[in-house]
Amino acid sequence: MSAGLAITGTGAVTSAGWGVAAMMEALDSAAVIPVSLLERALGDSVVQTPVRRVPLAAANTPKSARLRRVSPISRFAAAAAMEALGAERAAESLAGRLRVGVIFTLTNGCVNYSNRFFGEVLADPALASPILFPETVFNAPSSHISAMIGSGSPNDTMLGDESAYLTGIDLAAEWIARGDVDGCLVIGAEETDWLSAEALCLYSKDHVPSEGAGAIYLEPGAWPVRIHHLPDPVPYPFRGRIAAARDIRQALPADDDGQTVLVDSRAGVWRSDRAETLAWRAWSGPRWSPKRVLGDSMGAACALQVVAAVEALKSGVFTQAVVSATGSNQQAAGMVLRSSV
Amino acid sequence: MVVTGAGIVSPMGTGFAENAAGFRAGRAAFSPVTLFDVSRQRVGSAGQVDLPDKGFPGRMDRGTRMAWLAAREALADAGLSGGRMPMMVGTSAAAMPIGEDYYRAAHLVGTSRRAQLHRVEIYQVQRQMAEMARQLDVDGRIRIVSNACASGANAIGQGFHLVRSGRAERVLAGGYDALCQLVFAGFDALQALSPSGIPRPFDAARDGLALGEGAGFVVIESAESAKSRGARVIAEITGYGAATDVHHLTQPHPGGDAALVTMRAACAMAGVPPEEIDYINSHGTGTPLNDVAEGNAIRRWAGEAVSRIKVSSTKSATGHLLGGAGAVESVICLMALEGQWLPASLHVREPDEVCVFDLVREPRAAVVRRVLTNSFGFGGANATLIFEKEGMA
Repeated sequence: MSAGLAITGTGAVTSAGWGVAAMMEALDSAAVIPVSLLERALGDSVVQTPVRRVPLAAANTPKSARLRRVSPISRFAAAAAMEALGAERAAESLAGRLRVGVIFTLTNGCVNYSNRFFGEVLADPALASPILFPETVFNAPSSHISAMIGSGSPNDTMLGDESAYLTGIDLAAEWIARGDVDGCLVIGAEETDWLSAEALCLYSKDHVPSEGAGAIYLEPGAWPVRIHHLPDPVPYPFRGRIAAARDIRQALPADDDGQTVLVDSRAGVWRSDRAETLAWRAWSGPRWSPKRVLGDSMGAACALQVVAAVEALKSGVFTQAVVSATGSNQQAAGMVLRSSV
Repeated sequence: MVVTGAGIVSPMGTGFAENAAGFRAGRAAFSPVTLFDVSRQRVGSAGQVDLPDKGFPGRMDRGTRMAWLAAREALADAGLSGGRMPMMVGTSAAAMPIGEDYYRAAHLVGTSRRAQLHRVEIYQVQRQMAEMARQLDVDGRIRIVSNACASGANAIGQGFHLVRSGRAERVLAGGYDALCQLVFAGFDALQALSPSGIPRPFDAARDGLALGEGAGFVVIESAESAKSRGARVIAEITGYGAATDVHHLTQPHPGGDAALVTMRAACAMAGVPPEEIDYINSHGTGTPLNDVAEGNAIRRWAGEAVSRIKVSSTKSATGHLLGGAGAVESVICLMALEGQWLPASLHVREPDEVCVFDLVREPRAAVVRRVLTNSFGFGGANATLIFEKEGMA
């Protein structure tokens, strides 16, 4: 789908810090963000998993009664969403003058609370905490965001690999085109925990799990960045990952013209990068791989790619950005953005 | 937009015919939970599906097995053997039982890394849905909606819009959820489960819901597409509404504000006033708060016509199927349209005073031209769908 849709707001929470500026500074400087160790006891030993975590900064969490007892994913998502929406639009939404849809995409969800709650269940289900359980539900974070901005407009949570974020943008475009909403927040977020971090590292010990959130605000228009082309994703079941990545590359007719930046989903892990590396092997232009700097934030990763692409265009250095998201086990997807600056 | 195929797995049975017979007879389908230990829970029963252990292709978890059965029936009913079409799926817990296995194994010294990787891979819902699509020979984009208990209805609504907008000629859409320990214990911790194990939606003394499991799928296609290939039309889909209740994470607005919005939106899209809705398959969980909110929404929506609006909750027979509920209840609506009867709200001894509508307490024959089904979820996801019997409305 391609339509007259503009991305007019961005937000990010990453291992580089809270806010888009912190992320872009890290990407621009190819910063080496410190790795910390997640540790848990197992028998007589300790299992350690290196991760890149979002720096603790409680003051950065938006103030809302809904966020008092939530797990980190909701805090990250709320901060990114409010940065993307901006105070003025948030006020308009709260006043009932702006219909803001919310689309939330994720892979793992509230793993911290799920871990704690299921641990309590196994210990004694009769004593498991009723406070924890509601926050384990996949759509709890998106519900909090609609509540924060007082929006009764549609709110959908979509599950999938990281490329599902582009499916979320596709759905937002539908809502806007039909007039269901005036604009739409599309958010991708994850939190880390030993449960999900160890799981990712089962695929390769070279992965560095991370966490965070990326958000954009979409509305009709063309300024400052517009969606030029959003092809249908190519699912893996009948093609395989390599062929799907190649098909998406062909559906994104972008050349290295010196003004186009490719923002890809490579993580620096040969096995998971192979399909995308092959699909784009002829690309010789500027190329960013946010996961290699920020860590692999799984369901949030593609959202951060999109935010980085938008910021690249807003900087004026590039006029076109191509986002390539070769998902881990669902589909290959991509999008072309153009600057209207 | 028409429905040309439907499939269902519920505690009532497997397949459209077996389920229709059960709902027509007013049967309830609760049994002791045997899938996990419930000895320390307040409640030990649920709407558990009698699902065989073998005979399923690929590496499907319990929920996907039910989804595959229902989707396969829907495709066969539509006269299709797969093909190019998007697949819209709603689920709340997805493959949580596999996640529970991963968690338990992670706490054991000496667990095989390879076995854990296998669990991680098949835990992921997109991996399960890809496997299901492969087994069904359905090739197209896959969207997975997780709006808690409205997931299945939202998936059907999204599929409806894809066809309506011309972006797809047909879609396979539905929802599913399997019982799992984490969710069962969660509802028990919230004291949302009826201690008796028997839910009594809209009863004045109702005391909670019962959980269940199952799947429902439909094939939605354009009327032109169905006509061109001579497909049987089960019903038309004419309205869909979605909104968000921001009152509280787990409690609906007492007046049913968001439910009112979705019912009005769906009716506006269908171009029908409330008095032309013959039957509402309510969300009707049997919790004190839900049924009051929904009852108030129905009263406000129907106005003076409310006493003529027939309402029941089939969760009284199957339990609450969570992410599968909206899809399974859509299929039950199709049964009502096809068979010209109404399923009942079972176990009601004294209706709540909110029931100013015609609460259907026994299955009954009726002229059924249009039906409306409500689904409301944790987090405030609300959805309403309207189906019509072709040629009757």
